[in-house]
Amino acid sequence: MGQGQTGAGARHLQVRAGALAAALLAFVSLASRATPLPEIEVDVHDKASLQRGARLFMNYCLSCHSATYMRFSRLARDLDVPEAVAKQNLMFVSDKIGDTMQVSMNPREAETWFGVAPPDLSVVARARGVDWVYGFLTSFYRDPSRPSGVNNLMFRNTAMPHVLWELQGWQEPVIENKPDDSGQSVETVVGVELAEPGALGAEEFKAAVRDLVGFLAYLSEPAKPLRQRVGFWVLWYLAVFLAVAYLLKWEYWRDVR
Amino acid sequence: MAGVPVDHEEHEVDGKRRRFLTAAATVVGGTGAAMAAVPFVMALQPSERARAEGGPIEVEIDQIEPGQMIRAMWQGKPAWVVRRTPEMLKALEGHDEELRDPDSTEPNQPPYATNRYRSIKPEYLILIGICTHLGCSPLYMPKGQSGEMGAGWQGGFFCPCHGSRFDLAGRVVKGVPAPSNLVVPRHRYLSEGRVLVGSDEADAGEADVGAGA
Amino acid sequence: MSGALARLGRWVDDRFPLSKLWNEHAAQYYAPKNFNFWYYFGSLALFVLMIQLISGIWLTMSYKPDAGLAFGSLEGIMRDVEWGWLIRYLHSTGASAFFIVVYLHMFRAFLYGSYKKPRELLWIIGMLIYFVLMAEAFFGYLLPWGQMSYWGAQVITSLFGAIPVIGEDLALWIRGDYVVSDVTLNRFYSYHVIAVPLVLIGLVVAHIMALHEVGSNNPDGIEIKYHKDPQGRPLDGIPFHPYYTVKDVVGMVVFLIPFALVVFFAPELGGWFLEHNNFEPANPIKTPEHIAPLWYLTPYYAILRAIPDKLLGVLAMGVSIFIFFLVPWLDRSPVKSIRYRGPLYRTALAIFAISFVALGYLGTQSPTEILTWLARIFSISYFAFFFLMPFYTRWDKDKPVPERVTSK
Repeated sequence: MGQGQTGAGARHLQVRAGALAAALLAFVSLASRATPLPEIEVDVHDKASLQRGARLFMNYCLSCHSATYMRFSRLARDLDVPEAVAKQNLMFVSDKIGDTMQVSMNPREAETWFGVAPPDLSVVARARGVDWVYGFLTSFYRDPSRPSGVNNLMFRNTAMPHVLWELQGWQEPVIENKPDDSGQSVETVVGVELAEPGALGAEEFKAAVRDLVGFLAYLSEPAKPLRQRVGFWVLWYLAVFLAVAYLLKWEYWRDVR
Repeated sequence: MAGVPVDHEEHEVDGKRRRFLTAAATVVGGTGAAMAAVPFVMALQPSERARAEGGPIEVEIDQIEPGQMIRAMWQGKPAWVVRRTPEMLKALEGHDEELRDPDSTEPNQPPYATNRYRSIKPEYLILIGICTHLGCSPLYMPKGQSGEMGAGWQGGFFCPCHGSRFDLAGRVVKGVPAPSNLVVPRHRYLSEGRVLVGSDEADAGEADVGAGA
Repeated sequence: MSGALARLGRWVDDRFPLSKLWNEHAAQYYAPKNFNFWYYFGSLALFVLMIQLISGIWLTMSYKPDAGLAFGSLEGIMRDVEWGWLIRYLHSTGASAFFIVVYLHMFRAFLYGSYKKPRELLWIIGMLIYFVLMAEAFFGYLLPWGQMSYWGAQVITSLFGAIPVIGEDLALWIRGDYVVSDVTLNRFYSYHVIAVPLVLIGLVVAHIMALHEVGSNNPDGIEIKYHKDPQGRPLDGIPFHPYYTVKDVVGMVVFLIPFALVVFFAPELGGWFLEHNNFEPANPIKTPEHIAPLWYLTPYYAILRAIPDKLLGVLAMGVSIFIFFLVPWLDRSPVKSIRYRGPLYRTALAIFAISFVALGYLGTQSPTEILTWLARIFSISYFAFFFLMPFYTRWDKDKPVPERVTSK
């Protein structure tokens, strides 16, 4: 792909200057970033973890939140759960295996209870990111001023109650005095600490929420494992095709050289 | 093919190698194009949703009056249940010579419905209400209520599109356009009064995913 | 067998100019032999257009242009339709790939003066393609009916409200409703799947016809038709087929490797190709905290935001796009290729490229004070490239251009 020396020189100059500008801009934007997110790893290939997450999801989430775009049959197939087992453990009696995960609660009633209808969770992990969902589920703390009795570090004044309290227990806010925009000192929640332990130890609880978030990640894109498998083969194919195509080009272009 | 001859001159074209490489590239590229076409062909299959909605359906049958027919919907097609009276069952005999396939030799029904009544229980006839000619839905014409069918009519089904006639077991009459008997879907009894259409004993051990899946 | 094929070929040729077309546009179309890296992007653009057309046709089969169903129908494509996820990712990645390829294709024209006489009309048709492509992308982006789809369309249609007197009525007419709604979705769907693609295909055909009429430019910016052999074939030209067909196949496969990496391993590309917010269904009563168009439209969006007046901002944005049409007449240099141009044009082009990329980046960010000022500076350098072009191209110290192409 040769080009005259001069033209290439101009391009190099451009590339360097462009990289510099991009670096500068990236720095400016990083400086403006707020609230840090926890970083977690989820593995949508870990079926045991997904199964545990699925069970948590059915027990703690599905009573209020739907997953309208997900079918039980798909879930059973992808997670290696026999359909009979899925029917017994994961589904309500009235559900058929081909049904999507609807919620029994009427959205309008839910709105009067919580102030907002609980959102559908089919793609929540894609919309919010797994880190955010994990941070949200682990950072409920007691706040008597809220109707649900809890508040959340990730989602200030969320309408959602602390559904996992049996497992986690109760957290109290850590409050510090911090200057606000106008320089006045105000009480600010900077973190949480466990006040009353729940059924699970702290590490166990984190692992359980990781399972649940992993399941939500799976839920938001069930085709992901297949996608990556196919992609692997496509790249192999392209490598072979590239070799053949390059040889063909090389053979013909001997005429020109 | 690998033993490529050395060029005698700089610009002499090695036609053999060129043809080989062209063929190789065509084969590899063509294979790739064919593989790329597979997802697009597969995408035209019934979707997971269509399959789920085409799953087996439960029909309550004990409320049907004798001699009456009810219609349900299975896989988007009309599924009929006729509660036949003893007279209707008797009328199925004695006109075999008028029928194209009186003994149901063609596989238009599951094995357990391959009998004179084309049903598990003679009383209940379960049929897909689609004419085997060109897909219209025939009309239910019981005896006595259907003057235009002629004096000898013992009751049955009549397709208004092209005039095909079937008896009360869905067997086609000779000399009409329809080539075969009406289809009996797979079905099984969940209890005395409830029947599951689209799934039979073969599936009963597994989950009821339906015939489409 | 081959005899029968030859007879069939003659039978067709007597009735349809099949061989004639093939020879004119491939086997006997002589292209300069010194094409470099930058000359892959024309054929790649055509290839991506094919990907978009085919995947688009398939998406249409399961998509529902209805405000209540659109979002769910897309998730149905992702889950319930066999291989639907692949078809959708091909289309969403293809959209961004289309713009990457087209931007590089356009940059090539600036490098080698491909818009200069006699290729002005070729350039104008190309710019029309670019403009229509932006419209196509904009209409298509509403269809997933996510938060970004909805509010992006709301913002862009509101731009028309800036036009004096008729603005508000015009915006209303474009949307067909007081806000972006089911009606808007339905008509954008019609534009996206029928109207605009028809225009696009027509323009692409015109672009290729115009190209083959005047002949391809090359990295030296020299017309190869002035030096021909006794048979009338350009000495520095080679038949497009087989030489460039086999070369473009290599380019296509090389292109497909990063394309496949995105489709199969990072279809969202960190939010650049599929925005996270767009996985939340459109909600007309809740604006997301931060709205930006997808990356390929953000340079113009940054210019729009850089100007603190609604009407002037919209005007500046319009000018920043339409100024491209005038480039063949703004450039007064006798030399086409950057290889023989002086330092002024090289510097100007470098600054322009940096400005365009920087504006594109700034357009994706929330406007802080510093970033807005940066956007203003880059907007000025963006416009300076065009408005000062008649001057610096005339005063530039160009180098002598060789008679024949200089490929290795």
